[in-house]
Amino acid sequence: MSVWPRRRFVASLAALASGGAAAQFRVEISGVGATQVPVAIAAFRDEDKSPLAVADVLRADLARSGLFRVATAGEPLDERSQIDTAAWRGRGIDAVVAGSVAKLADGRFDVRYKLWDTVKGEELLGRSKVVVAADLRLAAHRVADEVYQAVTGEPGVFATRIAYVVRSGRRHTLLVTDADGENGQTALASAEPIISPAWSPDGKGLAYVSFETQKAVVWLQDITSGERRQLANYRGSNSAPAWSPDGRELAVTLSRDGIAQLYLMSRDGNQLRRLTHSNAIDTEACFSPDGRTIYFVSDRGGGPQIYRVGAGGGNPERVTFQGLQNLSPAVSPDGRLLAYVTRQGSSFRLATQELESGAVRLLTDTVDDESPSFAPNGRLIVYATRTQGRDVLMTTTLDGKIKTRLVSSGADMLEPCWGPFAR
Amino acid sequence: MKQIPALPSTLALLCAAALAGCASSVKLDETPVESRTPTPVAAGGVSATPGARAGGTPQSQVATVDLTKPAAATSASTLARIVYFDFDSFVIKDEFKPLIEGHAKVMSTSKVKRAVVEGHADERGSREYNLALGQKRAEAVVKSLALLGVGQQQVEAVSYGEERPAAAGHDEASWAKNRRAELKDR
Repeated sequence: MSVWPRRRFVASLAALASGGAAAQFRVEISGVGATQVPVAIAAFRDEDKSPLAVADVLRADLARSGLFRVATAGEPLDERSQIDTAAWRGRGIDAVVAGSVAKLADGRFDVRYKLWDTVKGEELLGRSKVVVAADLRLAAHRVADEVYQAVTGEPGVFATRIAYVVRSGRRHTLLVTDADGENGQTALASAEPIISPAWSPDGKGLAYVSFETQKAVVWLQDITSGERRQLANYRGSNSAPAWSPDGRELAVTLSRDGIAQLYLMSRDGNQLRRLTHSNAIDTEACFSPDGRTIYFVSDRGGGPQIYRVGAGGGNPERVTFQGLQNLSPAVSPDGRLLAYVTRQGSSFRLATQELESGAVRLLTDTVDDESPSFAPNGRLIVYATRTQGRDVLMTTTLDGKIKTRLVSSGADMLEPCWGPFAR
Repeated sequence: MKQIPALPSTLALLCAAALAGCASSVKLDETPVESRTPTPVAAGGVSATPGARAGGTPQSQVATVDLTKPAAATSASTLARIVYFDFDSFVIKDEFKPLIEGHAKVMSTSKVKRAVVEGHADERGSREYNLALGQKRAEAVVKSLALLGVGQQQVEAVSYGEERPAAAGHDEASWAKNRRAELKDR
């Protein structure tokens, strides 16, 4: 445990030196009596000889979920060890993880581990992953996902990524990081604003809006190669790209006909068809997970509210009825919950609405929330907010009880978008 | 010191017509720039060598058009260029109608004049909604100009939403300065 604080300090220094890269999400657990599973994680054998201490990443992932109380196993253990489950149970530990990192002849690394359930007195999981050195962090996140799923029954999102925009002075950067905020890589660096990043469902591309040509234009960029092309550059502003769940189409907001309206286009930018026909602002489209419905913001009724329309067209119907304004809809992966930003008085706050019952729940007590995005397991929402004069990113569980915060020194963090499972 | 004699009126007219035809096409950089309309050659506007000749204009005189100095004589450059809006509104208030009429007059009399109207919004609400609101504000100004005779190809509406605030504060005083449409020459 004494190793971790020093590493975090070093990571923060490195982040400062590189000009505003993010530090890790830090947990604030506000839920009263949140039950946590006590888990002991031993340092992986020979991880000190590899580029990454896998157990450190694993411990941090599980701790940050708020569902585990993480301890370091004091003694050296690995996946071959005989675990006295009763003894661990006696020490108040419900689960033990131990493993190893072995360097192979071809330079890759074999990460192996086992998970023991001390309550049942049995071994739950035994796995092996072979990765190149650059993917050791990804392997550690995958271990965390597997442990998380074995214990909670839910898929973990530790191996997913998020994209967001960092703004420092006149410099704007589109960053892709692990879900814990680490391992940030720059997708786009620009002197002009970047907004509305949107992951393609296969996780290989990012659509976004760039002002590099002195107006809002939608671009699509391949994450691995950096190849990019304009998707929409019509007269006026082009913005708010939203992918259909099968990745074949995007909804976009175009002002080419004189006012912001929703259009659909194929992923190569062709086959443009207009979806809404109002004299109002229609924008911020979001597909339902079955691809049949599109939620969006419209001020056709006066102020901006959230509506929905069939993806094939038709008459939109209004969805939100509470609050002076409702913006930025995001639909949960199971299609049952709508996350959005609601204006109450002078505050803009993250809220959810159950689409079946209409029940509304406020999730935060901050006043400047923006840009909610669901994790692909539907259990977390990432959003942007402002605290103490800084624009920061936060995650929250759906009940609002477990929150984490990601702060960058010297830079504002905006427009988060959570990436999909596939990697 | 002798006063510089005014050019003969026909010569002045010819010079003015020639210079008006050569409308400036200086590209905008990131910072707002002032109008670069060349100063029409008119009485007193010529920076020829002072006090040099007696009687008429020297044959070797060259009139200087200084693009680096703020243009003094064109009425367009003394016009205000920013229309301000109420929260969540794109309605052009009466107090800004003279501004628009002034620009419309300048632009409709010279069809080569081009401009862009940049719409903005304050930071409250989502970036995408504010982008659309800024666009709506810019379009409202463009529409008003069109009604007063400015051609469609002369002026374009774009929006920066909340991305280029004029004032950085998080209070109504700053927000009011950010809810705007700016008219810039192209």
